[in-house]
Amino acid sequence: MQFSEQWLRSRVNPSLSTDELSYLLTMAGLEVEDVTAAAPAFTGVVVGEVKECEKHENADRLRVTKVDVGTGELVQIVCGAPNVAVGVKVPCALPGAILPGDFKIKPTKMRGVESGGMLCSGKELGVPDEVDGLMLLPADAPVGQNIRDYLGLDDSLFTLKITPNRADCLSIRGIAREVAALTGSPLAAWDIAAVAPQTDSQLAVAIADNAPCGRYVGRVVKNVNAAAPTPDWMKRRLERSGLRSISAIVDITNYILLEQGQPMHAFDLGKINGGITVRMAAAGEKLVCLNEKEVALTPDLMVIADDQQPLAIAGIMGGLDSGVTTASRDIFLESAFFQPEAIAGKARALGFGSDSSYRYERGVDFALQTEAIERATALVQEICGGEAGPLTETVGQLPQRSSVTVRTARVARVLGVALAAEQIAAIFTRLGLAFEQNDAGFVVSAPSFRFDIEIEEDLIEEIARVYGYDNIPADAPVAAQTMLPQPEGLRVRSEVRRLLAGRDFQEIVSYAFVEEKWERDFAGNANPVRLINPIASQMSVMRSSLIGGLVDTLAANLNRKHSRVRVFEIARVFHKQADGSVQQPEVVAGLAHGGRVDEQWGSKAERVDFYDIKADVEALLYPRMAEYRKAAHPAFHPGRCAEVLLGGAVVGVLGELHPQWVQAYGLTNAPVLFELAVEAVEQVGRVQLAPVSKFQPVRRDLALVVAEDVNAATIQLAMKAAASAFVRELALFDVYRGKGVDEGKKSLAFRIVLQAADRTLVDDEVEQAVAAMLAAAQAAGAVLRA
Amino acid sequence: MSNVDVILKEGLAALDAVTDLVELEQVKARFLGKSGALTELLKQLGKLSPDERKTAGATINAAKQAFEARHNEVRDGFNAAKLAAQLAAESLDVTLPGRGTTPAGLHPVTLTLERITSLFATMGFEVADGPEIETDFHNFQALNIPENHPARAMQDTFYVEGGDVLRTHTSPIQVRYMLDHQPPIKIVAPGRVYRVDSDATHSPMFHQMEGLWIDQNVSFADLKATITEFLRRFFERDDMQVRFRPSFFPFTETSAEIDVLDEQGRWLEVGGSGMVHPNVLRNVGIDPEKYTGFAFGIGLDRFAMLRYGVNDLRLFFENDLTFLKQFN
Repeated sequence: MQFSEQWLRSRVNPSLSTDELSYLLTMAGLEVEDVTAAAPAFTGVVVGEVKECEKHENADRLRVTKVDVGTGELVQIVCGAPNVAVGVKVPCALPGAILPGDFKIKPTKMRGVESGGMLCSGKELGVPDEVDGLMLLPADAPVGQNIRDYLGLDDSLFTLKITPNRADCLSIRGIAREVAALTGSPLAAWDIAAVAPQTDSQLAVAIADNAPCGRYVGRVVKNVNAAAPTPDWMKRRLERSGLRSISAIVDITNYILLEQGQPMHAFDLGKINGGITVRMAAAGEKLVCLNEKEVALTPDLMVIADDQQPLAIAGIMGGLDSGVTTASRDIFLESAFFQPEAIAGKARALGFGSDSSYRYERGVDFALQTEAIERATALVQEICGGEAGPLTETVGQLPQRSSVTVRTARVARVLGVALAAEQIAAIFTRLGLAFEQNDAGFVVSAPSFRFDIEIEEDLIEEIARVYGYDNIPADAPVAAQTMLPQPEGLRVRSEVRRLLAGRDFQEIVSYAFVEEKWERDFAGNANPVRLINPIASQMSVMRSSLIGGLVDTLAANLNRKHSRVRVFEIARVFHKQADGSVQQPEVVAGLAHGGRVDEQWGSKAERVDFYDIKADVEALLYPRMAEYRKAAHPAFHPGRCAEVLLGGAVVGVLGELHPQWVQAYGLTNAPVLFELAVEAVEQVGRVQLAPVSKFQPVRRDLALVVAEDVNAATIQLAMKAAASAFVRELALFDVYRGKGVDEGKKSLAFRIVLQAADRTLVDDEVEQAVAAMLAAAQAAGAVLRA
Repeated sequence: MSNVDVILKEGLAALDAVTDLVELEQVKARFLGKSGALTELLKQLGKLSPDERKTAGATINAAKQAFEARHNEVRDGFNAAKLAAQLAAESLDVTLPGRGTTPAGLHPVTLTLERITSLFATMGFEVADGPEIETDFHNFQALNIPENHPARAMQDTFYVEGGDVLRTHTSPIQVRYMLDHQPPIKIVAPGRVYRVDSDATHSPMFHQMEGLWIDQNVSFADLKATITEFLRRFFERDDMQVRFRPSFFPFTETSAEIDVLDEQGRWLEVGGSGMVHPNVLRNVGIDPEKYTGFAFGIGLDRFAMLRYGVNDLRLFFENDLTFLKQFN
């Protein structure tokens, strides 16, 4: 809501500066988003009348004028504007004047002729108009008057951000009422008298039973001069409220909307067939609105119709055909109250709204219609003439205002400050809230202009607002002291993040909506969760994997000349289920590309590979030991991909990016990635100490030869199954291929550490234990290396 | 000069002349070995009278000790020189960088999030979480935002097939938490949220954090105190000016925008807050007569921007390593 400070101050004028007024409004919940001056600063410009105008003898384009500036003496001014002429009234800058841009006016000679000032264009004064040349003032402009006073330029334009609950402040009337309540300054009410009918012409108005129209006030005005110009004062107020002047009658309806907060509409009476009915639209009806859009009306839209067709969408927009024009002779004015619920959401559904629908859906004062139409009629007659008919009022279902109880004790409990009943009573009085007082508190009735006072809390907020949020104390809260739970068996997210950061993975945050192609390529997901209204086509589906975002981040950073990229992300992913529901687990995923370490003197330049990332995965899951199984995954190289299992359940995957995606996504070589369920990473379990043996451990190594396609884990698991109770450790420590081992085979070296808790093991026990494990390995296909 | 003196003099001269440890041991053998010169003298002591033997013995032993002392001196000199040479040869360029990798770091929004949640933990606020695809009920209706409410236009919502929405704020987390827990409730709920908006100050995905404290007598004064304390601790400015400005949110009544005065003297909006609307409490089965409480919401990205001097929100989502690594 934009408005002129002068306009507001014509109704309530507290002794506050512009800045103070702005602060007051902001701190009362009417946030001032912007305050701008109506015109830049300048001085020394008055209304002048050109009395004489001669050609300059030394310059074709210049005129030598004699200007009356109200001093009793004419001032000679040389002027080059094309529209200068005898009799025009124009702004005249006198010697000593300072125009915008620090342009100082001094007596001067122009081509040898004395010039004692400057006649000004709108642009030169910082208030551009559409005139080519001097700003032309009305004939009745008083000569000699300071132009700033005459044009009201010492004004500021306020832009307020009015929250949806404060529709009562969407007008000068409402804001003035609020300022008066907050400051105690007197409010100049509008003295609106009823216009006596000069004709008995009127239209019958009916409200259909199912139409949520509370009140419909109408009036015919005949023989108006709709082409009459809008007076400058009205134009100025409209323009300073951000509205363009259109025609006198439309301007008047807009003016009433801004001044009173009552949306109005003016029909061309000649276009109305029969009477007016406020009803719900019938399916199949159509209307071309004022914005020239044709709307297929639906039965949830309320319309203003004549006997033949809809003329307007009630509360939202008038029809193009039936609206008043400068050619209209007889008009019909509408001032109505439509239920907020009937208008709410409709503008959004239609794709367009209006200043009217904006107010109606938030709530218009339902007692205001008659006053507003009387004021509009008076303005129509003042500006366009015409004979007014009698006022017709049709009443439907009006809102009920139930009384609201507020307890003084509850106010103290909610706000944390004990206010005396008298203080609360004084606040209600200032707000114009009628109330009855009792021992416990108050029973308040909301006025017709407030739609946000329905429960006790609404009134508590009003009390706090007027009392001043600043005046409510902010002492440290007193509360029961409790400690937060800290499950030791859980690795919290921040630890997961720091663990990865410590292993040189940089955290990233990428969008949850991705290209549909990523889902297909990296997750094999042909049926992702789709957005109905994506912001762009490459952000149209919700990701089921973080791999796409990581690969994209890699590609972007390779473009930025980073050759080594290690990144990770923790985020939710989205899996559509067969029943249409969506699972949204959190996953942690990482990507490594480029050197194992940063290129440096102390380490060989080696590219990061599957086993580096596997170590990262092992660290993430440590101390739990996962099982790794070769797997097929659309994102990964089929021979270099493993799924990660904990307790038999798959909790994630790791692998090298499939060569086809390396090429398709423009990467230099394959990154290695992992993706794990956060839930799995979180579970670390709590330590249960095992006895520490005091007896000597014994170590035995076994080198076992197996075929190249036999997994190390197969052999290890077989040995583990055959291990006796005192085998403390079984670990693979070397893989050897080459001399001494046949082609197509590899040698796996295992370390076996044996130790008993209660005694030193004897040789026999050791040999038997190792023999049992060897036998198990042999059964699984291994041969003891010679 | 006695024979002993001559031999000692000769021996000392020989020790002084050696050039390495091998020679040194040869010289030692020459004088103290089985048939060394001094050893031979000792062997002859038996031929002397007891008195003579005593005197001569003392003289020879003195010579032997003098020889050994010089021998050790020379040997230690060689050893010291050898060690010094070894140490010199082993000396490193200690200015070379350490081997291996340096750690990476966390995203600035995460740093901010963790900092904020840990500040609130010191006041007993637990972290809560919830889904990002939400039902209309949790995101709107339970929060007192019925269909067609003008407040819905304040938040441009992403819809997914089937009618659910991408949560437009973290407030549905408080709804879910309240449905599952009875007061006292004291939580903060950070997370990603989504709105149909994209420019230098808006991202279609961004981060919010919701806070909620419900108990028997939690008041607006407690709200002011808690948030003021948090802002001063977060920005590490004990004198930071905080103002609470009346506003409107459908889910709070006695609602307040939170502004802070920045170092240039401008008021910056940093969040919204208010006393939880009784309808919201009723919607989740909490008796508003028995319990009161406040909720607040802040933009984590905005806090990160203010804290680290980031002026374009989009930088947080471009994942440029040159940007991100500055926070390590």
